[in-house]
Amino acid sequence: MAFRIFQCVFLVLISAISIFVGVADISISELFNRENGQMQILLSSRIPRLLAILAAGSSLAVSGLIMQRITRNRFVSPTTAGTMEWCRLGVMAAILLLPDAPSSLRVACAFTVSLAGTMLFIGIVNRIRNRSIILVPLVGIMLGGVVNAFSTFFAYRYDIVQNMASWLQGNFSLVAAGNYELIYLGIPLMFLSYFYADKFTIAGMGKNTASTLGLNHAAAVRAGLVIVTVISSVTVVGVGNIPFVGLIVPNIVSIYKGDSVKRVLWDTAWFGALLVLLCDIAGRLVLFPYEVPIGIILSVLGSTVFLVLIARGKIAYA
Amino acid sequence: MISFTNISKKYREEFVLKEAFAALPSEGIIAFIGGNGAGKSTLLNIISRLLNASGGSVFIDGKNLCEWNTRELAKKLTILGQSPYSAARITVGELVAFGRFPHSGGNLSEEDKNKISEALALTEMEHLRGRFIDELSGGQRQMAYIAMAIAQDTKYILFDEPLNNLDMNRSVKIMKLLHRLSRERAKSVLIVVHDINFVSFYADYVVALKNGRIKYAGDTDSIMRSDILCDIYDTDISVEPYGGGKICVYYK
Repeated sequence: MAFRIFQCVFLVLISAISIFVGVADISISELFNRENGQMQILLSSRIPRLLAILAAGSSLAVSGLIMQRITRNRFVSPTTAGTMEWCRLGVMAAILLLPDAPSSLRVACAFTVSLAGTMLFIGIVNRIRNRSIILVPLVGIMLGGVVNAFSTFFAYRYDIVQNMASWLQGNFSLVAAGNYELIYLGIPLMFLSYFYADKFTIAGMGKNTASTLGLNHAAAVRAGLVIVTVISSVTVVGVGNIPFVGLIVPNIVSIYKGDSVKRVLWDTAWFGALLVLLCDIAGRLVLFPYEVPIGIILSVLGSTVFLVLIARGKIAYA
Repeated sequence: MISFTNISKKYREEFVLKEAFAALPSEGIIAFIGGNGAGKSTLLNIISRLLNASGGSVFIDGKNLCEWNTRELAKKLTILGQSPYSAARITVGELVAFGRFPHSGGNLSEEDKNKISEALALTEMEHLRGRFIDELSGGQRQMAYIAMAIAQDTKYILFDEPLNNLDMNRSVKIMKLLHRLSRERAKSVLIVVHDINFVSFYADYVVALKNGRIKYAGDTDSIMRSDILCDIYDTDISVEPYGGGKICVYYK
């Protein structure tokens, strides 16, 4: 319990730092001075940005956790299963076919396409006889690559490359009150995952164990996929592709606390939020006053951490 | 009671199990014996719905297996496969607690917690409760899975070679434990065992398979005969009286 309190305090502290980092100086003493508009910046930009980061970080980490359990593979995450690429294809379809659609419709489009795409991925993986740990995510990455090529072709053809670019690199700098709120959908979904937690863990112990314990394995996998794709869709539409969070966070937490979804859900969400928050702060400071998109920071950090984990044999089996 | 009629299983055109039928006693230890590839595991997996038969039906308490609701059946019957393995890193305590999943659906009641503690005590695994199963020895992991099956507290317990990975001391403990469960709680324990002497001393009923067919079935005493065992295993086995029971010698 004491550790939980420490976790909360720590996150609040870093959040506070995040609010005061930016091109426009904000100081507490000047905050309530109406003339310089600092309160305005805080409410319309800094705080929405912080909330978007916390929601995206925690829900993406949780979606990675679920994905790794239901596929029984530590290398699978929305990034390596192609889910994010399918989301982008869905968004592109929405932009092309319904240019004036509100973002909720874009999310619906991204969700539909990515759910179908991820199910296709699971279907292909189930058909492969040699289900080696490495092969499964490779299939996802290749599939994602094909989908990406497809999206890029159409984006180029219909001259919306500029528009699509913002979904290529995750970026929190465009977040402002009024355009990101859908990302909050991830929060109730995390609570929903808690109710499904044991089912995901049992599904992760294999079909036979699941069946012995009376669990409908296919239904648990379907529920997991819906949660994962909704989280991915709202994130891609809200702030763009945030890579690696769903991959490395569950793996690091697993080393210390194991894989029981119920037991690690809170820690995974906390760590995901913290990681994205720290990377966002770093992105704002590295080239100050310019900003490095968080997608780049996370790619560099995430791939390094991932390589270290593999090299040290921390992900020896899956 | 478990009974089955005409069960067959074939892979491509080859039968691994053919026209198996039997009505098993509703209590006691029931041993399935036979050489490698005789169809023992296939039969056990079909009875426990992990494998679909190519033909025939299984009846659990008079109801056809395919009519059972998965969750309801999980309160009646559990199976522990050969060398159980999980990719998930969970602790012994969590694993055993999952044995209560069919009853609790995830929210453990006081009764569930008692059953978990009891299962850990019966298998002498309490001191390992907080350890991750991937940090255990093969024998300890086997015991952890046995504890999960015991916590599930089903009328029918199916174990496919539960003595795999276990040393003599643990093997005897497990057989004694299964014997006790079958006597004190009227459980029906179906096991595949390779060590014929464990069968001789602990089993109440024996089903002997050869080449995918049930060749003999009956009380242990009636099966423990030199001619029958020689036929089943295709090797010379002599059966000698020993301490009120029978011991099988096949080492030379």
